[in-house]
Amino acid sequence: MPNIIAVVCASYGLAQSVCDGEDLPARAERFFRSDHTNNWAVLVCTSRFWFNYRHVANTLSVYRSVKRLGIPDSHIVLMLADDMACNHRNPKPATVFSHKNMELNVYGDDVEVDYRGYEVTVENFLRVLTGRLPPSTPRSKRLLSDDHSNILIYLTGHGGNGFLKFQDSEEISNVELADAFEQMWQKRRYNELLFIIDTCQGASMYERFYSPNLMALASSQVGEDSLSHQPDLAIGVHLMDRYTFYLLEFLEDIHPASQANMNDLFKVCPKSQCVSTPGHRTDLFQRDPGSVLITDFFGSVRKVEITMETINLTVPGIPLERFGGEPHTETALAYVDQLPVAQIIHQKPKQKDWHPPDGFILGLWTLILLVFFRTYGIKHLKHIF
Amino acid sequence: MKVRPVLSDPEKQRGRSAAVAIAALVIAAGIPLWWKTTETYRAWLPAARIGELEALQLELRVEVEVVFARGTLSPEQQKKVPASRMHKTGLKFTYETRFRTATVMEEDALNQPTAAEADHALHTLTETSCGSVVIYIIPEASALLPQDMRVYVGRSRTALLRSQVASVVGAGLPEVLAALDPQMEQVLQTMSFNHQDVTAALTDRLRPGLSTRDSLADSMRAFKSSPGYEITFSLLNPDPKHHQLHWDVEAALDAYIYPLLHKMAPVANFSVDSQILYYAVLGVNPRYDASASAYTLSADSLAHVINPVEARLGSNAASSNPVLNFLLYVPDSLHSPLIIRNDQKQEVASNAFHSPRWGGIMVYNVDGAYGNDTQFPVDIAIDMSRVMGVFLSQLRLMLGFQQTGAPPGFVLEAAGREGVAEWELDRLLWSRSVENVATASASITSLAQLLDQIANIVINDNIAQQVASAVTALQAAVAELEAGNLALALEHSREAISASERAFFDPSLLHLLYFPDDQKFAIYIPLFLPMCVPILLSLLKIFREVQQHRFDKLE
Repeated sequence: MPNIIAVVCASYGLAQSVCDGEDLPARAERFFRSDHTNNWAVLVCTSRFWFNYRHVANTLSVYRSVKRLGIPDSHIVLMLADDMACNHRNPKPATVFSHKNMELNVYGDDVEVDYRGYEVTVENFLRVLTGRLPPSTPRSKRLLSDDHSNILIYLTGHGGNGFLKFQDSEEISNVELADAFEQMWQKRRYNELLFIIDTCQGASMYERFYSPNLMALASSQVGEDSLSHQPDLAIGVHLMDRYTFYLLEFLEDIHPASQANMNDLFKVCPKSQCVSTPGHRTDLFQRDPGSVLITDFFGSVRKVEITMETINLTVPGIPLERFGGEPHTETALAYVDQLPVAQIIHQKPKQKDWHPPDGFILGLWTLILLVFFRTYGIKHLKHIF
Repeated sequence: MKVRPVLSDPEKQRGRSAAVAIAALVIAAGIPLWWKTTETYRAWLPAARIGELEALQLELRVEVEVVFARGTLSPEQQKKVPASRMHKTGLKFTYETRFRTATVMEEDALNQPTAAEADHALHTLTETSCGSVVIYIIPEASALLPQDMRVYVGRSRTALLRSQVASVVGAGLPEVLAALDPQMEQVLQTMSFNHQDVTAALTDRLRPGLSTRDSLADSMRAFKSSPGYEITFSLLNPDPKHHQLHWDVEAALDAYIYPLLHKMAPVANFSVDSQILYYAVLGVNPRYDASASAYTLSADSLAHVINPVEARLGSNAASSNPVLNFLLYVPDSLHSPLIIRNDQKQEVASNAFHSPRWGGIMVYNVDGAYGNDTQFPVDIAIDMSRVMGVFLSQLRLMLGFQQTGAPPGFVLEAAGREGVAEWELDRLLWSRSVENVATASASITSLAQLLDQIANIVINDNIAQQVASAVTALQAAVAELEAGNLALALEHSREAISASERAFFDPSLLHLLYFPDDQKFAIYIPLFLPMCVPILLSLLKIFREVQQHRFDKLE
């Protein structure tokens, strides 16, 4: 008996070591399967006003998933009108729900909106993509991607054939979007880009792409409308769009180590569930979609290498001269008066009581009357008094 | 029936001349005025010079000095040593070699007992310019190198090459030089640059697939050329109740990191800061391994360590420069000691790992510093030299110094306290210059193409000025590379790239001017049609009357 066990254990051990031996080239393969080193996400909700609640909920749900899978806030550019949570019509202030019966609050208390309110414009969106921001823009509002970044771009709102409406006042056309992506490619601002759009006639927005390494998904074809999912009777508006709802259900099953690939993503929300026909475009993408992991775009799985070499510095040395020169004399610093109360209070005009006219006015009128009577004669005096 | 008033001839004539005058005014003055006022201001760009940039051929020249020590050449060979020689290898590299024999002081230096001391002595004798290489040929029987090693590469730009050709009487000088050539080429490819480096630096402009796996890994690991970098050193203490950590990071930075950054000043600006984070944990639960009686982190789980920590790191950066993070993690007392295992389940000596283009993390175990019944919290001073040894090597990888793979028969002197050898720095400068030149010329050409394509973008004067200065700096950089002046070439290439980036990313170059044709018609027709129709019709009428008049006259 023990012999058999020993043999089994030995063979198991042998198999294990063989597997480990094979793992090494497999690991090296994985290092090179996708050549990205960091992930970025640009999530844009292009609508405002209370009846477009679902677009904000869409964007916030995708934001939550992307954060859960590992992309930090510093690598997410979130553009929202952000007028839902504190809207007068919101029965539950400071919340944005994505499931009916108020199950899931996607607003939370750590959402970081980079462009809010009226800052969500076509100009700002294109500036973020192409990098042509004024020098005073802070880091959190910039897309600081490099040639090994995978970027996820998610747009939602109201759209039409070849355009997407931004905040009811302007629109972005598919030609402009394609040109913006081409400019990103010219400066190698992305390694691979996944473009997801959830609007009516969404497929028209990716028709004009011509830059390499782009993959696009849309919730509906040209001529079709994307429909919303479910209203909540307490809040009174539709909470989510169908495509994003099923996309989120799909993403709930993804964890950072998951091996699901893009072909699974293409199957999300078939016509029976979505009523519209989702479309996708992969002809500009160089890799086969079956080999692209979901976490390549939605998560942030870092490539890691063990540090094999170290430098031997343990020879006790006298520290070299301090770079930076002379020690700085510490000047006492004080805060500028943050709230100059005196100035603010003085801004309100003081309520003055009525005073009778002062000497100057009296003298002026006396002069005028005197001149009048001198000119026209004293006989007019009786008409006045 | 309405009676049409009959116009007398002079009235008709006046009418005609009025119509013609109006038409003339519209055509002569109106159209140019409309053109001028709807024109966008476009400053002149040097399109011809930009077009030349596309066909730019890079030529790199290295100045090599070969010094023959005593005993390598016979006296008559010594007399025939040529002064200099040019050697073009491959497509783009030129080695300008100068030959001479060793001076007395250099002979004395070469008589030192070990190669390291000889190298140090030689370094103090001569001043080598940036980008050049000096090779000392030492006799075969020399004891400076171990028996099987042929080449010793020192910390500055010198190499000692053991002469293979025994000084056979009768072997002419050309044979000696010919025998030296392949070895010299190998030395130069290690110390200076080789085809792979240049190709890797130009990967943007070349088709993918041309670079090898190693160079791809290197290019993924190192940051792209940028005008500045922000480096942050963080100490993570998840257990302040038990460990009171002291790290003298300022002194350590002064002693170990700043020398390297000071040497890299021609390449980029660096800004360094440090922070301590309390109650910051790694996002992964380590497993206890009874055989090693330690907690282990396997190589798979390392990838998931970084993201939860990064959210807490914060950044002091006010600029858009890339940020390098170096984290020192001291495990809490419940999970000490914590060791990292690699793929083969072996312990990693450095206990550290790094992520390309992000930075590195080192795990520092302090469980050996105290026993079980000490009073908590324990004061622990961190051995900064060990920590900085790891961080320095990670920093070198991030900045672009490749992992040195010494060819067989070579001894490469480790960098030691200065952090980087001069020839390694030269290698980086070569690849950075080439990369800067390639990126800048790609930016300029694509910008010119963009501005050409979109006729409605306004080109301000400052953009034209930036483009012109970028083109000038580019041409200067290429000229300096051809002449072999590496330091000047790097400076010009940095100027070129900063000017081209500023021109390309200027906020005024936003193209929001896509008008589909039907929109253009919709704007112009209500304005111009009501005005043009009467003019055209009256001109037509005049023309027909004149024809009729001529016809009548002929009859």
